[in-house]
Amino acid sequence: MKRLSALVTLLLLGGSPLAQTADPERARNLAATCANCHGTNGHAVAASGIDPLAGVDKRISLQKLRDFKSGQRPGTIMPQIAKGYSDEQLELIATYLAAQK
Amino acid sequence: MADLDRRAFLKSSALAGALALTGCAGGGRRPAHGHVVVVGGGYGGATAAKYLRMWSGRGVDVTLVERSPRFVSCPMSNLVIAGQRSMADITLDYDRLQSHWGVRVVHGEVLAIDTAARSLRLADGGDLRYDRLVLSPGIDFLWQEIPGLDNATAQGSILHAWKAGAQTVALRRQLEAMPDDGVFVLSIPRAPYRCPPGPYERACLVADYCKRHKPRAKVLVLDANDEIVSKKGLFAKAWAELYPGIIEYRPQSELRDVHVATKTARLDFDEVRADVLNVIPPQRAADIAATSGLKLINQRWVEIDWLSMESSSTPGVHVLGDAIFPAPTMPKSGHVANQQAKLAAAAILRLLAGEQPDPAPLLMNTCYSFVDARSAIHVAAVFQYEPASRVLQPVAGAGGVSNARSELEGRIANGWAQNIWADMLS
Repeated sequence: MKRLSALVTLLLLGGSPLAQTADPERARNLAATCANCHGTNGHAVAASGIDPLAGVDKRISLQKLRDFKSGQRPGTIMPQIAKGYSDEQLELIATYLAAQK
Repeated sequence: MADLDRRAFLKSSALAGALALTGCAGGGRRPAHGHVVVVGGGYGGATAAKYLRMWSGRGVDVTLVERSPRFVSCPMSNLVIAGQRSMADITLDYDRLQSHWGVRVVHGEVLAIDTAARSLRLADGGDLRYDRLVLSPGIDFLWQEIPGLDNATAQGSILHAWKAGAQTVALRRQLEAMPDDGVFVLSIPRAPYRCPPGPYERACLVADYCKRHKPRAKVLVLDANDEIVSKKGLFAKAWAELYPGIIEYRPQSELRDVHVATKTARLDFDEVRADVLNVIPPQRAADIAATSGLKLINQRWVEIDWLSMESSSTPGVHVLGDAIFPAPTMPKSGHVANQQAKLAAAAILRLLAGEQPDPAPLLMNTCYSFVDARSAIHVAAVFQYEPASRVLQPVAGAGGVSNARSELEGRIANGWAQNIWADMLS
């Protein structure tokens, strides 16, 4: 039982990537926080002047988000917003939005 | 000890189950069924209605009860008062929520909620039963704190325009009719109130109108608070640089009463006569939330569980937006209401499926304010759930305000409005 307990502890606390992906709807929920400005599921209103994110290659949007977060990429509001998300959360968002048709 | 191990084992089984299911179809786990009634079709309620339908694959029935035939946005409505936008620009309909998303929209008034029987009574006599209720009713005003305004006649001439619609149009008319050397007095209540930067934006835009059309007019801001509540440096700079001699700001100037006939604001030690007196009254959760037996904080705002937005006292009732007691530094904004609606929708679908909500929710805020007809400034913040306090806490080092006002942010503010309106209604 002690060994099982240790295993359980490992499972429960064993690093945030596991915990992050444990919830199958988390990527969807996180990406929904972008929708106010970038449109439902990343489909921005045409001619609104705001970048659509749906279907954008994951590597491209994730690099942008990481650069906003690190301060390498200038911007008005995105550098401030990107800093509020963990790297794992940014990856889940980029992956989810890339898969939107 | 054995007991502890057993509990831990059960927990680990649940976790393993959850992990095994991650491989399944992405739309969710067990399907959710039931009937959700949403009261209030603003930034929170309309978003909740749409996302409940969208995320359940149209499996959950949703009824939206809203008293107004169409949605009129509070954000951007200060531009209408200043003559920079029309009412048509900030008015949208509920058609697509019905035709595309299959939300049943009922235009009516809720009289009472029976939270034990899970049903609510409409003013037309009908009853609506629900499995889960979403209350997104906004605010109502504490008129009794300004005795002179505690009657309908007074409220028809001393306007708030803090709920967009007929009052927005009426305040626009009062401003246009103001004498060329008139004084527009704006009274701001103690925080918390709906839209923290909104009054300061209004002062800017009224002053911008005066500068163009009534250059001898003045804008006097009577603020009950000790200082500008939101975007302080940016507003102070805009007032000094764009409206010198037009805007006068008086902090610690709480309105005690109004003499309606002479448009006089009574403060503790002073009286101020206005040509247009615009009073934003003190506020609390809208009556339907404040009088339905839900636990309130400070007798004003509904206390909720941040994992689900469910009332801390009343199972099955989820409350959104301006009506709740907010998390630390979280403003009462349309943007936040929209984000809370998605948090609630995700949680409600889980609960309807007999499962627990996502234990690590996140939400963020963005507020743009115009400081003249074209230029805007922003404030932003991100909030992550903290298990220890069981509250969404602002992420240190994230968020902030604009470096400076700009026309670029003015264009982005317009884009924000287009996209958030579509996110809730289209």
